[in-house]
Amino acid sequence: MSKRIGLEASHAAAEAARMADVDVIAAYPITPQTHIPERLAEMVANGELNAAYIPVESEHSAMSTCVGAAAVGARTFTATAGPGLEYMHNVLYVASAMRLPVIMTVANRALSAPLSIWGDHSDAMSVRDTGWIQVFCQNSQEAFDMTLWAFRVGEDAGVLLPVMVHFDGFHLTHVTEPVILPEQEEVDKFLPKFHYPFALDPDKPMTLGAYAPPDIYSEAKIAQEVALRKSKDVVIKGFEEFKNIFGRCYHAVEPYGMQEAKTLLLTMGSFSETAKVVIDERTNRGESIGLINLRLWRPFPFKELRQAVKGAETLIVFDRCISFGGPGGPVHSEIKSALYNMPRRPKVVSFVGGLGGRDVSMKDFEHVIDRGREIAENGSKGLYETVGIRGKVTDIRG
Amino acid sequence: MQGQYIKFGKNLVTTEEFLAEGHTFCTGCGEALALRLACKALGRNVIIANATGCTEVCTSPLPVTSWRVPWIHTLFENTAATISGIEAGLKILMKKGTIPERDIKCVAVAGDGGTSDIGIQALSGALERNHDFLYLCFDNEAYMNTGIQRSSATPYGASTTTAPAGKLSIGQTTWKKNLPEIAVAHNIPYVATACPSYPFDLMNKVKKGGDIKGPAYVHIFSPCPTGWRHDTDLAIEIGRLAVETGIFPLYEVENGRYKLNVDRPKLKPVEEYLKTQGRFRHLLDEEIERIQEHVNEEYAKLKAKVAHSTT
Ligand SMILES: Cc1ncc(C[n+]2csc(CCOP(=O)(O)OP(=O)(O)O)c2C)c(N)n1
Ligand code: SF4
Ligand SMILES: [Mg+2]
Repeated sequence: MSKRIGLEASHAAAEAARMADVDVIAAYPITPQTHIPERLAEMVANGELNAAYIPVESEHSAMSTCVGAAAVGARTFTATAGPGLEYMHNVLYVASAMRLPVIMTVANRALSAPLSIWGDHSDAMSVRDTGWIQVFCQNSQEAFDMTLWAFRVGEDAGVLLPVMVHFDGFHLTHVTEPVILPEQEEVDKFLPKFHYPFALDPDKPMTLGAYAPPDIYSEAKIAQEVALRKSKDVVIKGFEEFKNIFGRCYHAVEPYGMQEAKTLLLTMGSFSETAKVVIDERTNRGESIGLINLRLWRPFPFKELRQAVKGAETLIVFDRCISFGGPGGPVHSEIKSALYNMPRRPKVVSFVGGLGGRDVSMKDFEHVIDRGREIAENGSKGLYETVGIRGKVTDIRG
Repeated sequence: MQGQYIKFGKNLVTTEEFLAEGHTFCTGCGEALALRLACKALGRNVIIANATGCTEVCTSPLPVTSWRVPWIHTLFENTAATISGIEAGLKILMKKGTIPERDIKCVAVAGDGGTSDIGIQALSGALERNHDFLYLCFDNEAYMNTGIQRSSATPYGASTTTAPAGKLSIGQTTWKKNLPEIAVAHNIPYVATACPSYPFDLMNKVKKGGDIKGPAYVHIFSPCPTGWRHDTDLAIEIGRLAVETGIFPLYEVENGRYKLNVDRPKLKPVEEYLKTQGRFRHLLDEEIERIQEHVNEEYAKLKAKVAHSTT
């Protein structure tokens, strides 16, 4: 029998790592991620989890240690946030290119300067090209579910790629919610033992991470690119298996509200839940409106997204990150390019807000929807508009 | 004992080569020789994590490899962290019964730059956390792989491409960072210095470092004909001169106790060493005198530690 208990999202993720019976955890503390490694360290100290907990001296070493552990075939887990993710940036590429399925939860946090310990998606966006699978969570249950799912997908023999599970710093990491925890047998049914086919072993000497001259590098990188794109099949299969065993159903792209709605709002992470309340109120009033919760960020779910927006006239994308000097919010610009070649496509409008922990309220989403429709109809002087910024923001022009 | 061995006096050395022929080290490279000897001392039950640098680039151009033992390279700055994960991973997998229990030596290989500069944080962390591993620093006193740029292990007065000797400069104006002492400060069970000019001493130390439980650090002086601008047949002789002048003393620190392995009654003048290499050619007498004084001082400090250890 599964049980339903109150759990902080951070502890839910730690619980998932415990039930996955991880072998090695290497982590460095950074707010708002701290509750995850603390909880895991406690589990190891109490004998609830038979793992090596390595209190490394930096995030760079956290990821490097995970890479080393994964290379000998250990199931490996870490967690970080914002500046910590940036600090391990160099190693992120190594983990994915060397096909080492390290699992990492990222408590999304803003980047300095000014220093901010609070949440936004700048960290997640800055690592979107590192070759990791990336998913976003809306609540504590998902923090558990997606972390468990990440092991299943990343370690799949046909995938062997690292996975980042994103959940919003403070807005989620520090929120206690009811979470359904499964039985260990169910977890074991879902998640087979990790078998790494290229483990370093004196009986089968292998050279890993050799350098590539120009006549090899391109092929190596294209092979990696194909592997990441192909992983989507297992991503989807993983969601299906998850549903069959645990009953909860996830998708790469999750439409909410009215079917075939004329106006669609698109969000990622915990703010999707706030937006859903607004969508509910408006659909109750008979408005043709819906929400898209974008769960899978990498590999980008092109097909599913195109399918989900094909009937819409307006697609309003809400980003929690600035792409400085760029075409608008990073999620928005990827979505625009994903839809560009469709014969019929919605107008795509970009809003940026919720930076460095700034709340985005229901009122803000009301504004985003109303103003977004206006922009879709009459255009805007700027490339994107901001949400909840004090003072007058002069148009952000291209 | 298994395998074939060659006898050198009272020493037996395996005929097996774990670092295969056909690598791309420069002719006469002291680092290549030191690495080959170290591998012989370690045998086949090892996993090596290698930092970026000559030892990596000269041994692993895809699609070929010189490595007959399991080997991994990830980045330049993180080798001590990579080996931490390897060591911890093996240990827990054995504890959980996922893989059979056996003795696998975890060995990190890096240059002086990868150790004393960009990798020092990861190294300090790994030493402090007490992982059971051996760290081998191959010290050729500059960033050689990228074209002879200075590192914090470059000696005073040496000319490099980023601290060149010129009208206003003698080249390196700082004293060489003392990495073995930094390792000692971590209170680890074993620290040693070695040089391929003393091959049996080197192999013994590497073997000992591999066998000892807990972190071990061996700092290997590695003459580099390309970067030091010396003749390609001189690496052995120059290594010996470095030891005989006291510039690079051979010593061990076991559980905090110092022991000199080569102790000549009288040190040779440093000039004999300096004059063999183009990187010191510009030095005037007064600079050579300064270096001599510094070496005397450092050597005396070391002798005091040795004396203190025997009381
Ligand atoms: C993060 C990073 N910075 C810089 C470099 C460039 N780089 C590669 S090897 C190297 C120097 C290596 O010097 P050392 O560690 O002394 O080894 P050597 O080649 O001298 O044996 C440098 C600067 C790199 N690969 N990665
Ligand atoms: S540059 Fe120096 S250390 Fe590097 S391979 Fe050549 S001789 Fe050896
Ligand atoms: Mg060097």
